[in-house]
Amino acid sequence: MSACKDKEQDPRIEGIASTIRVVPDFPKPGIMFQDITTLLLDPKAFKNTVDLFVERYTGKDITVVAGIEARGFIFGPPIALAIGAKFVPLRKPRKLPGEVISEEYVLEYGTDCLQMHIGAVQPGDRALVVDDLIATGGTLCAAIKLLERAGAEVVECACVIELPELKAFYLHFSSAKCEVLDWDVVA
Amino acid sequence: MPSIPSLTFHAPSSSRLPSFLFPLSPPPPPIPFLRPRFISLKAMALEDGKDHRLARISSSIRIIPDFPKPGIMFQDITTLLLDHKAFRDTIDIFVERYREKNISVVAGIEARGFIFGPPIALAIGAKFVPMRKPKKLPGEVISEEYALEYGTDKMEMHVGAVQSGDRALVIDDLIATGGTLCAAVRLLERAGADVVECACVIELPELKGREKLGHRSVFVLVKG
Repeated sequence: MSACKDKEQDPRIEGIASTIRVVPDFPKPGIMFQDITTLLLDPKAFKNTVDLFVERYTGKDITVVAGIEARGFIFGPPIALAIGAKFVPLRKPRKLPGEVISEEYVLEYGTDCLQMHIGAVQPGDRALVVDDLIATGGTLCAAIKLLERAGAEVVECACVIELPELKAFYLHFSSAKCEVLDWDVVA
Repeated sequence: MPSIPSLTFHAPSSSRLPSFLFPLSPPPPPIPFLRPRFISLKAMALEDGKDHRLARISSSIRIIPDFPKPGIMFQDITTLLLDHKAFRDTIDIFVERYREKNISVVAGIEARGFIFGPPIALAIGAKFVPMRKPKKLPGEVISEEYALEYGTDKMEMHVGAVQSGDRALVIDDLIATGGTLCAAVRLLERAGADVVECACVIELPELKGREKLGHRSVFVLVKG
């Protein structure tokens, strides 16, 4: 089952999707949690996942890969290394030392905050945002805003998994709060 | 694209020169209040004369004074990650060391171990296992408590991620007291793995992390 935008699904995607396990009622009752740790236990599936992203972004002059804490830290760096880009961690508050810029975003109840180092990204940088999963899109939106405030052009957001039933939420977020970008997902 | 980023460093420029320009000297004594602001990172290369890549890696790490609290000189690897060649070289050095060692598991400690561990795992064909703070991993976990300066914390690993016969590497950005690494080693050993080595980018030797890890092998690139 794939939300991949390509008309013909890459043969590697089915293998990748089958390694992701669903854990019911985590972190709370009613939520079917998409667990990528089982994908990471399958070296071939993990390699294929990274390769799919690298093939898509090689030659696109991406200078920054921004990974969202913490699972974006797992997928972002291998992509950054392969395409020759710098890796920028986007973190929860008070984790990054030194000067940061912050962007608040909405949760189901309350708000949270994402931070990025000042100076990590400059005008002229072309950025990719990476996370394991896009749900409502709130975190990704905050990431985009941080990068754009620093002058980067956000080329695309890339996730392993999309939750289509929440599409209505992120499209709303996207159109209301930031540019609708081309969402590319693998599974 | 500049190879060294221009960031708002707190350090004066002299501390960002490659460490091979400075003569080797013993670390300054730990005198409170008179502690030097900037600890020079002595690259392993100076001691065994082997690897020219280490000087660049060492000089790409910035030190942030008084973070997370006064008196702590924080070793910030985010500037290393902004230098593609330094990041690439860091991973290459680890991969060269481990590729022929039949490592089947790379365990990375949340969160900075998640940055260095996966590229190593991918290159050597090992599975990657995240070692996480409590309540982050879904499904069944095993937990190991460890001491902090004040109080304790817990580390968790998924049940079933690791089996008897697995040969494991533990990765984190830095070894200080060794408490976190110890907890990770214990979790892997409880699951039946053989922990071959702990690998970190940076070591703070005066905090005696190696002692805490006992007989277990520790490999680092630079010392603070």
